[in-house]
Amino acid sequence: MSTGATTRKQRGGLGQLLIPLIAIGLLVVFNLIRDPGFFSVETKLNNNGSTVLSGNLISIINGASELAILAMGMTLVTAACGGQDISVGAAAAIAGSVFVKIIRGASPVTGGTVVLAFLACCAVAVIFDAFNGTLVSVFRIQPMIATLILYTCGRSIAYWINGGATPTIDSAITGAIGSFIPGIPVPTPVLIVALMALLFSLVFRFTTLGLYTQAVGINQSAARLMGINTTFIKLLSFMVLGVCVSVAGTIGVCRLQLINHETLLIDIEMDTILAVAIGGNSLGGGKFKISGSILGAYVIQMLTITLYAMKVSSTDVKAYKAIVIILLVVIGSPVVKRWFAGMMARRLAGRRPAAAGKEAQVP
Amino acid sequence: MKKLIALLLTLAMCLGMVAMANADDLIKVGVVNNPPSESGYRAANVADFESVFTAENGFEMTPFYSLKNDEQLQAAQGFITDGVDVLLISAAETTGWDEVLTAAKEAGIKVYLFDRMIDVPEDLYEAAVVSDMAKEGETAVTWLKDQGLAEYNVIHIQGAMGSDAQIGRTGALDAEFEAGTMKKVAQQTATWDEAEAKKIVESVINSGEDFNVIYAENDGMAKGAVAALDENGITHGVDGKVVVMGFDCNKWALKELKAGNWNYDGQCSPFQAQIIADLIKSGETPAEKKIINEEKGFDAKTITDDDIATYGLGED
Repeated sequence: MSTGATTRKQRGGLGQLLIPLIAIGLLVVFNLIRDPGFFSVETKLNNNGSTVLSGNLISIINGASELAILAMGMTLVTAACGGQDISVGAAAAIAGSVFVKIIRGASPVTGGTVVLAFLACCAVAVIFDAFNGTLVSVFRIQPMIATLILYTCGRSIAYWINGGATPTIDSAITGAIGSFIPGIPVPTPVLIVALMALLFSLVFRFTTLGLYTQAVGINQSAARLMGINTTFIKLLSFMVLGVCVSVAGTIGVCRLQLINHETLLIDIEMDTILAVAIGGNSLGGGKFKISGSILGAYVIQMLTITLYAMKVSSTDVKAYKAIVIILLVVIGSPVVKRWFAGMMARRLAGRRPAAAGKEAQVP
Repeated sequence: MKKLIALLLTLAMCLGMVAMANADDLIKVGVVNNPPSESGYRAANVADFESVFTAENGFEMTPFYSLKNDEQLQAAQGFITDGVDVLLISAAETTGWDEVLTAAKEAGIKVYLFDRMIDVPEDLYEAAVVSDMAKEGETAVTWLKDQGLAEYNVIHIQGAMGSDAQIGRTGALDAEFEAGTMKKVAQQTATWDEAEAKKIVESVINSGEDFNVIYAENDGMAKGAVAALDENGITHGVDGKVVVMGFDCNKWALKELKAGNWNYDGQCSPFQAQIIADLIKSGETPAEKKIINEEKGFDAKTITDDDIATYGLGED
């Protein structure tokens, strides 16, 4: 069934990215028709006195940062386990709470305390996700059920860390992480996304993680017979997601200089899974492309910003988003792909005899 | 044998009288509330009751905290069995309270509601001390009009649609939009989400539309909005271009006010204990059972450190 798709992927390489690229292209064209200046970027002086970039394009790339980072980790979990972690938002709230707790405990806040706070929140997030991963890999519980536990209780745990209130932090360093480093006109979260993407690509280039993950996702028994520790690979994918969760949580907290356990990265788990799906990755596991998921994240954010710019009421935004996403997912579905491939093949087949005829005539 | 029983009964009566005498000294108060961990508002609410209903003031308070209505109902029933004099309730849900309150009435226990109304006939409680969210909105909009700006181009960031706070705080501003005295640049709900509020303001800035007022229905969303202003180099607060308004009076928000970064913060008062204590002591049933708790609005130009200490909620 999937042989057609596989050969196309092997040939083109970009085949999987076709859907998100088409989606981005359509959104760009749509916005340019609506407002030719939509993507114009200008430089402004922010209230800290440094020159920064501003405009819808920056809002899109900047706003999608947390989503893009979570989507990277989610892709790995999806590929290895054939299921998704629905607790990323709740886990990010826990990570953010830990980060804020440590920053608030320190005075004055130095670069060292920020690093320490991040390492602590990273450790906590990895532990929580390792818990998820253990349920999935060792106890063979379906990922959605296993992560439902943390999804349900995660924000209560964050509550408990915060002591119920919405603690704020006030530090130039965390402020710079959430918006701009003085002297650099690109938003810091965008730089962090780039760094994470670079890290992922280096890991895949110089280790066998990517290959092993795919092997486990495609056929677990075969992978085990080949000597791959499938339990470890699955657990590892969750722990990598834990790192992504802590980075996303930290960015979210630093953006606002405040942690609200109820609202931090709320509903992001669904958008994250969507980003993976729009990126052309099979939600059933196996072959994956992280770049597709990142593009998927930008598609979702571009859609949101477009709807806001059109002054669609934010209560309706979700409904419009749903319509577009249904279209994207249906277009990317195997049935439509096969139908499309079949149509192409027929057209090619229709042309070939004529071409062969021409060739025959030439000599 | 009869003598022994008589003696025992007499003893029991004496003991009972002693117990009653003790109870007369202190008014036994059972409090059913939501747990302080619910929010900064609730933490302040619980602290307020703990500081007012003390032995020095002549009360013996037993609190019970739960977010679940059925647990609250059980606790209230328990307080009735224990024979408290007064029952104070901030219910998790508005329904299901008829039976318990009827039992309290039959037992001669006075019931006061605070913070939240319950769906029961008025004769089942003595009084209800609650916030008037619509009035909070009116106070804020009146303040805004008093600023005498040349024009009002407002970004209105709403809370979760349909919540009491959203409906109340939206009403007064909507009336101005309809009357044409203020221009609605954007009216969007951020569902109390700070990050969403930032995105809403960002999209208005990117569209190039002019605005000079941000009316956010809670402190968190005002903070998100201000983050967007800061990134785009738009001044705000006392000497700035954009007037920033929030609600809830979190301590950190009042500090933003004091620093001149914001202009206005509307109170949603969690302080109902003193009003109820006075009612209990006076023993009178108020003519109007629904008592609206007086709520302030703070102006950045006039706020003092004392105000922050007295009215600020949560940690700083």
